[in-house]
Amino acid sequence: MATLVKDDRIAIDSWQLLEGGAARWLTVGEDGLVADFAAEADLIAPLALLKVRGEELLGRAGRTGVLLEPNDDPAAIAEILDQLSLVAVRFPKFGDGRGYSTARLLRERYGYEGELRAVGDVLRDQLLFMKRSGFDSFSLRDDQDPGEAIAAFGEFSEEYQASNTQPQPLFRRRYSHAARVG
Amino acid sequence: MYQYDEIDQRIVDERVAQFRDQTRRFLAGKLQEDEFRALRLRNGLYIQRHAPMLRIAIPYGILSSRQLRKLASIARTYDRGYGHFSTRQNLQLNWPRLEDVPEILAELATVQMHAIQTSGNCVRNITTDHFAGVAPDEIVDSLVWSEILRQWSTFHPEFTYLPRKFKIAISGSPADRAATGVHDIGLMALRNDAGEIGFRVLVGGGLGRTPIVGHVIREFLPWRHLLTYIEAILRVYNRYGRRDNLQKARIKILVKERGPEAFRDEVDAEWAHLENGPATLTEQEVARVAERFTRPPYETLSDEPVQIKGTGPGFGAWLKRNVHPHRVPGYAAVTLSLKKTGVPPGDLTDAQMDAVADLADRYSFGELRVTHEQNLVLADVRQRDLHEFWIEAKGVGLATPNVGLLTNIIACPGGDFCSLANARSIPIAEAIQRRFDDLDYVFDIGELDLNISGCMNACGHHHVGHIGILGVDKNGEEWYQVEIGGSQTRVPGAPAALGRVIGPSFSAEEVPAAIERLIEVYLERRDSDAERFIDVVHRIGVAPFKERVYGNPGERRQNRDRQLAAA
Repeated sequence: MATLVKDDRIAIDSWQLLEGGAARWLTVGEDGLVADFAAEADLIAPLALLKVRGEELLGRAGRTGVLLEPNDDPAAIAEILDQLSLVAVRFPKFGDGRGYSTARLLRERYGYEGELRAVGDVLRDQLLFMKRSGFDSFSLRDDQDPGEAIAAFGEFSEEYQASNTQPQPLFRRRYSHAARVG
Repeated sequence: MYQYDEIDQRIVDERVAQFRDQTRRFLAGKLQEDEFRALRLRNGLYIQRHAPMLRIAIPYGILSSRQLRKLASIARTYDRGYGHFSTRQNLQLNWPRLEDVPEILAELATVQMHAIQTSGNCVRNITTDHFAGVAPDEIVDSLVWSEILRQWSTFHPEFTYLPRKFKIAISGSPADRAATGVHDIGLMALRNDAGEIGFRVLVGGGLGRTPIVGHVIREFLPWRHLLTYIEAILRVYNRYGRRDNLQKARIKILVKERGPEAFRDEVDAEWAHLENGPATLTEQEVARVAERFTRPPYETLSDEPVQIKGTGPGFGAWLKRNVHPHRVPGYAAVTLSLKKTGVPPGDLTDAQMDAVADLADRYSFGELRVTHEQNLVLADVRQRDLHEFWIEAKGVGLATPNVGLLTNIIACPGGDFCSLANARSIPIAEAIQRRFDDLDYVFDIGELDLNISGCMNACGHHHVGHIGILGVDKNGEEWYQVEIGGSQTRVPGAPAALGRVIGPSFSAEEVPAAIERLIEVYLERRDSDAERFIDVVHRIGVAPFKERVYGNPGERRQNRDRQLAAA
C-alpha cells in the first residue's frame, strides 16, 4: 500500500478510493440497482461519479472526497468545495505537470482550504514543487522511500515566486527582510 | 553584470546539494533511468553519442572574466580543454564524466553560475540582445528584465513539467537582435504614446520541425504586468498543450490549433484572475535588480574616427565587420569571431578562454557577452584602443573579420557529437568556409547569414538563415537540404522570415558547389552592392536560384563553359 505523507510527516490514511472508475458505481447490477456506498467510510469518488451520485455520497455519515484527472477542470467542483473533505489530483506520469496548475487554481482561485492530495506517479523529486503548488498530502508511489521523500521538503530554503507556501514573491519580501536587518 | 545577493547564492548552492544527492541515488540504483533523466536534463546534463554533455547556463549571455576563467579551468580539469558556445548563449562541455558533474556544478556556484533549466520541459535560459545596455537604439536595458525573468522562472513550481521546453527571448530595442519572432514567447520593449514602458508580446514562434513566426497577442503590456501575463500564457499552455505527441507539444501547435485570437482570449480570461496579483512588479524591484548590475565606469571621451592608415592589412576590414556602435561616446562594442575556418563554429579552447578573459579585463571592464550567433562580444572597448586590441585578438585567432558575412556560419554540434542529429554539421561548415576562403570575395558578397542544423530540431537555426542547410537522413546516409530566404530580422519593423527549400537534397560533397551557384545568381542579379542576398531572394523569388543550382545538364555545361571562358 502506498505511503501517505501529510504535512511533511508519514500519516495514516483513512481514505478509500472507489476503485473501478466511475463506471463501476454507475452501472445497474442484476438486481436492478447500482452498488451502495459504505455509509461510514471516507470515500474518494472520481469526478464523473460525483457529478451523478453526489447528493447520495455527500449525504452519508462518512466524509467524501473527489479524484480529479489531469484534464478535469477544477471549476467543475468550485460550487461544492466546502462540502468536500479531500481533493485528490492524479499524476498519471511524473512528467505530466497539469496537476500543478489544478492545485494552484483550487487554492488560489477557488479558495479550497481542505486536504489536497497528489496521487499516482508521486515521486520524491517532485514533492517540493507539488507542495509549493498547494498540495499538502502525498500518496507516494509504492517504491518510494518515505524517509528520503520527507527530506525533499527541506532541499530549498527560499523560492522566488509567489506560491502556496509563500503567498508573496521573494521580491516583495526582500524589502521587509532588508528593513528588519537595516 | 548582476551580482547575486545572499539568497540568490543560497538557492544555487542548495541546487548543487540537491543534484549531488540525485546523482548519488541514481548511481546507487535508487532512481530509475527515466526518472533521473528528467532530473539531470533540468540541470543540462545529456547522455550523448560519446559521453555525457553538460550545458552550462550563461543567463542572457553575460559573463565576467572571472567566470570565463572558471569555465576554462573546468574545461581543462574535467573535459578535453574546450567548450562549445551554443545558439542559446550557453556553453556546452562535450566530455564530462557523470560522476564529476556535481563537483563541476559546485565549482560553477563559486562564481555565481549554474546549469539550472538548460534542458528539460521547463522555462529555459532567457535570451536577449548581445548589445543590451550599450546599443544606441535601445528603449530599455533588457538585461534587467532578463534577470527578473530568470528569477521568476527558476524552479517555478507550477511550470517545471510543461508539455515541452519553453524559450523566452526579450529585445530592448526595435532592431530585434534577439530573434523574438522565433521563440515560444517573444518580448519587444516599446513605449506607448504616454511614454510608458511596456512590451509587445509574441507567442508561438519557433523553429524545429514546424517553423512558425510568433503571433502578436498583446500590442502593449505595461511592464508591471510582465510576470502575471506570462504566467497566464504558461498556465493555458500547461493545462491544454498537447502531451500525446512529442512533435506537437510546443506552444506553437496549441496556438495554431486554437487560432491566435482564440488563444489570446483564453490567456486574457486567465489573466483577468492574475492581473494585479502578488507577482505584479514594482518600481522598487526593477530598481533593485538594476542596481545589482555593475555598470562600467566609463570615461568622458568623444567619438573620433579610428585611424586605419598605416595599421597594416586587415584592420580596416575588421573595423567594418566586427566593431559596432556604442551609446557612450568614445567606446565601441567588438565581436570576437569564433568562426575561423577549420575550427568548429562556437568552439573555444581553455587557453583562448583565458586569453579572452585577459582581454576583457584590460579592455572592457572585465565583462563579455555570448551571442546567439556563437560569437563573443566585448561590449565596452575604448575606440582609441581598437588597433592594439585587434593585434592581440588576432594573436589568439579571434579576429576573423567575418561578422555578418557568409563564413560567420551558425552550426549546431551535429552528428559528430549529438545523438539526435541525422547528419554532421561541422564538416559542412568547414567545407563551405574553405570554398569561400577569399576574404575579398566574401566581403563583396556582403551580409549573409548561413545557418546549419544537423536535424529537424533546428538548433543551428537553419530556417532563419538567408541560406539554411538542414541535415537529413536517407537510408542511413547523410544528405543536406538547402533553404533560402529566411531571416531572423535585425531591421526595425521587419518580421522574421522562414526560408523555402529549393529542391532535392545534396550529398555533403555537393553542398559547397550548390552554395557557390546560389551566390553567383545573387551577384549577377543584385542591383547594387547595397542589395543583400536576402533582398534579392525576396525580390526575384526562389526560381532563378533553383534553376541555376539544378538546371538541366545542358545548361549546367554551358554555365561551366562560360565560367571557364571568363577565367
